[in-house]
Amino acid sequence: MAVKQKTVAESHAITGNEAVAYAMRQINPDVVAAYPITPATEIVQIFSNYHADGLVDTEMVLVESEHSAMSATIGASAAGSRAMTATSSQGLLLMHEMLYVASGTRTPIVMPVVNRAVSAPLNIHCDHSDTMGSRDSGWIQLYGENAQEGYDNLIQSIRIAEHPDVMLPVMTMTDGFITSHGMENVFLLEDEEVQAFIGGFKAAYPLLDTDNPVTFGPVDFTDYYFEHRRQVFEAMVNAKQVILDVAKEYERLTGRSYGFFETYRLDDAEMAIVVLSSAAGTTRFVVDQLRKQGMKVGMLKLRVFRPFPATELVEALKHVGAIAIMDRADSLSGEGGPVGAELRAAFYNEEKRPKAVNYIYGLGGRDVTIHHIESVYKDLANILETGVVGPTVRHLGVRE
Amino acid sequence: MSAGEKVITNPVKANAGWKELPIGGIIPQGGTARGFFTGGWRSLTPVWDAEKCISCLQCWIFCPDMAIQVEGGKMVGIDLDYCKGCGICAAACPPRTAAIKMVNEGA
Repeated sequence: MAVKQKTVAESHAITGNEAVAYAMRQINPDVVAAYPITPATEIVQIFSNYHADGLVDTEMVLVESEHSAMSATIGASAAGSRAMTATSSQGLLLMHEMLYVASGTRTPIVMPVVNRAVSAPLNIHCDHSDTMGSRDSGWIQLYGENAQEGYDNLIQSIRIAEHPDVMLPVMTMTDGFITSHGMENVFLLEDEEVQAFIGGFKAAYPLLDTDNPVTFGPVDFTDYYFEHRRQVFEAMVNAKQVILDVAKEYERLTGRSYGFFETYRLDDAEMAIVVLSSAAGTTRFVVDQLRKQGMKVGMLKLRVFRPFPATELVEALKHVGAIAIMDRADSLSGEGGPVGAELRAAFYNEEKRPKAVNYIYGLGGRDVTIHHIESVYKDLANILETGVVGPTVRHLGVRE
Repeated sequence: MSAGEKVITNPVKANAGWKELPIGGIIPQGGTARGFFTGGWRSLTPVWDAEKCISCLQCWIFCPDMAIQVEGGKMVGIDLDYCKGCGICAAACPPRTAAIKMVNEGA
């Protein structure tokens, strides 16, 4: 993320949730339907202050559950409005049924999600089990490292979701408490810049256009269902180019560049960590430390998990000798986490591929420290030295 | 409703491939239920007694399809093409009127 235009003096010290709520105010959606849940509550709470102060034109729908929040958002989007909500953890799980309706009905909803562990046992702290559980729901998923990325991803998501080649819902993630409640310097756009960037939304078949009635959500049996699901596949593939195009345009506006992922000192790296979200900050620091000691280490921080940029990841990582794929969620397959499984599958037909190990880390908000990350690079060094991969799934920072 | 009115021009081509179909299962037209006959699901048939009927139209309100035929504000009959035999009309009919009875077709 290269900041070219603004100086630190022009930044604002705000939390991740404040940055996301600020972006929502600037987006000024037609409808927001939401239900509170820690640690995402603040997003809609702050937004409702904007609403009460008359700073947005939004119709707020305060519902009795997240299932209803997503249902109302889908209805609002189908009606032809720009509709948003926000949630976390159990809330996202309660939405699960409706997530598929949103993508299957092709409603371009944008939803910030604050990543949090799921019950049981009860835990309100960060891991990625909630959104990784939604990975097959047909939603585009963008993971942000910090408040700035949470802000930037949310604004870009409007354009991605509503693009005619895509028309899929997007969820943008920040890490619970670490990012959502941590204060950082964030560069904010002017309201007019955001409005000019996102433009207006014009639905192709607005349900409230009674002069041109349409049928939404019809029954779709053996004769048509498969074709409609095939369309969703195509939209997800199309989203790749749209994500890159929107990022290019956003870079021209802000000087901050985005892609499917960010690489850090990866070009000549012999060992690399693949990681999502806030742990990338710790990893970047460790890369610099170990580079000073002469270790050829690098990092790849994945931003886009849906669609999964398999070809591009292979291209970026195939020269590396050994990689550690970090998962802040366990698929409980007994074979590791979702990023580990999909990235290793991406390499299946490649002649040249790195040795790979998958680390489950940070569950339930367990701290990931520089010492943990150092130990991972040392494990990779050992794999390269001995040629022995050893256990392919490892748990980082758990007590034995 | 005449037989002609029940034929709808489906904007979606029959057996269209995924590239031709409107996305999201959306049918860019209203009133398409006119061309979908749920009557084939029926095992119980409503039998309407015109003599007893007071045209309160409770059956018309509650019918989940479009089986209750109304002309000039009066109940005139039941279109079995749209009747799946759920019996809501008979249940909604005021007890002292009881103008609709459900009859087992197999009996």
